[in-house]
Amino acid sequence: MSSPARALPQVSARFANRARWHPLEYAFWLCALASFFVMPGWHLILTEIAILALFALSLDLILGYAGIISLGHAAFFGFGAYVAGLLAKHGIITEPLLALLVAGFATMMLGFVTSFLVLRGSDLTRIMVTLGVALMLREVANRYAWLTGGADGLQGVEVQPLLGIFRFDMFGHTAYAYSLGTLFVLFALARRIVHSPFGISLQAIKANPLRAAAIGIPVNSRLIAIYAVAAFYAGIAGAMLTQTTAFASLAVFDFDRSADLLLVLIIGGTGYLYGGPIGAIIFKVMQDYLSGLTPQYWPFWIGMLLVVIVLVGRERISSWTAPIRMLAARLSLRGKPAAEVRRA
Amino acid sequence: MTTVLETIGLEKKFGGIVATNNVTLNVKRGARHALIGPNGAGKTTLINLLTGMLRPTSGHILLDGQDITRTTAFRRVKLGITRTFQINQLFADLTPLETIGLAVSERVGAGAHWWRLAGSRPELVDEVVSLLERFGLAGAMDERTAILPYGKQRLLEIAVAVASKPRVLLLDEPAAGVPEEDRDVILDIVAALPADVTVLLIEHDMDVVFRFADRITVLVNGAVFADGEPPAIAADAKVRAVYLGDEPNG
Repeated sequence: MSSPARALPQVSARFANRARWHPLEYAFWLCALASFFVMPGWHLILTEIAILALFALSLDLILGYAGIISLGHAAFFGFGAYVAGLLAKHGIITEPLLALLVAGFATMMLGFVTSFLVLRGSDLTRIMVTLGVALMLREVANRYAWLTGGADGLQGVEVQPLLGIFRFDMFGHTAYAYSLGTLFVLFALARRIVHSPFGISLQAIKANPLRAAAIGIPVNSRLIAIYAVAAFYAGIAGAMLTQTTAFASLAVFDFDRSADLLLVLIIGGTGYLYGGPIGAIIFKVMQDYLSGLTPQYWPFWIGMLLVVIVLVGRERISSWTAPIRMLAARLSLRGKPAAEVRRA
Repeated sequence: MTTVLETIGLEKKFGGIVATNNVTLNVKRGARHALIGPNGAGKTTLINLLTGMLRPTSGHILLDGQDITRTTAFRRVKLGITRTFQINQLFADLTPLETIGLAVSERVGAGAHWWRLAGSRPELVDEVVSLLERFGLAGAMDERTAILPYGKQRLLEIAVAVASKPRVLLLDEPAAGVPEEDRDVILDIVAALPADVTVLLIEHDMDVVFRFADRITVLVNGAVFADGEPPAIAADAKVRAVYLGDEPNG
């Protein structure tokens, strides 16, 4: 096998190259880091953006990679939010970072249990099932007011200093450092996952579950796994909201939250991980700007943006950003053999 | 020769239609077994039953004497039965490199590894690349599957099945719709499969069937109509009447 031996380093290098951080990615995260120092007056809204970005990243993992659509992802966000709130309120786990992890893993369990409901069925079935689960959880939280505070929300959450050192201040400095750091770590993990054999097998399942099974991929257990991971991410996002605002209300389960999330991800584009963060920035900035211009009617413009995106993207709304990404890939491959550039 | 794959009284009904009717089939280890029959005879349904894509209404499927009737599709692949599809079933947005890589990863049990980057195990990359070269896909390994010419897609369809290193390979019209020049490539590859790999082939081209097969089963209306060695089948008056036509063939 002399020729494979020749091609081997080249092919391995190409795999490695694809998984390597792109210069634009460095730029993105450096900007995020810089925003902490350059925009101290904006830390409150930046925290919201980071949390929304993480939440959207969670949806991207199941929608963009595994093809599972959800219109009730707030179920996990809300669950994580209440777990974190209860842990803090009752002093069960006072250190925020540890409580965050516990809330994440608790939500992961919920994701595991509910994953069996989304294994089968069409997109419509999955939309309805996820929507139903979120509605049910909201009403459970509403019903058991002795635990959750019901419609009044969870009062009296006191969040202790991060790592016992950094107090959560009213300007959101600690909150932003905390949420941005968490977003970055979980983003890097997600990036690793999607470039792994496991991650590629999800894309195979999304493209053709029949063939995926025919080459030996256990379709159901892969879907269960990624659904649970996505629930973990969403739970962390929800828990961070509680920790940075010291409050949790039934609004964390709202349908609007799930619907906005899908909007955010469609705006940012699915299946390349940056759709969540970019969509979150665009969505929040537009919301902030437009609601300043027209406090009552700003969703009109968001709606119009959505319509335009869908029309531009046609049958593949998930990847209306593909031309931009192709351009970026082309730039990154400059100086490589033509055959490789052609592929990009 | 020992039996590797066996069905006993296999039956599949879709509503009132009997697609597979009491099929008892016996495939020997290392056989080149052809499954022929007119359109609608239930050949693909039988493949679907054997690979777990469909559940039989009644009857049993045995692999090495072990009952696999209720075994899920992906587990049967792990047990050594792999198929190709009459109509390409590929991953449009993945490349041939990734597609073959997935099949190899699953075979060696690395498919669920989420912490490792794909392509980080040289011995697996080596195997993937040599498979791609064997199937003439090395030059296209980084193209999106969706934009490959049909002949290349067809080769990939078979390559990804071979990548699972099956003990029993079920080929559903492997050369269907393939241009003449690629057709020979495919048939040569099928002919060059290791002798211990059992091949069950559905094919309409009688020249191919009689050149390739050492045993032939004829299905008509979902039931086994005739079963035997090629000369016996070719000489069978009933088979010639319903299927081969009256001209001598092969």
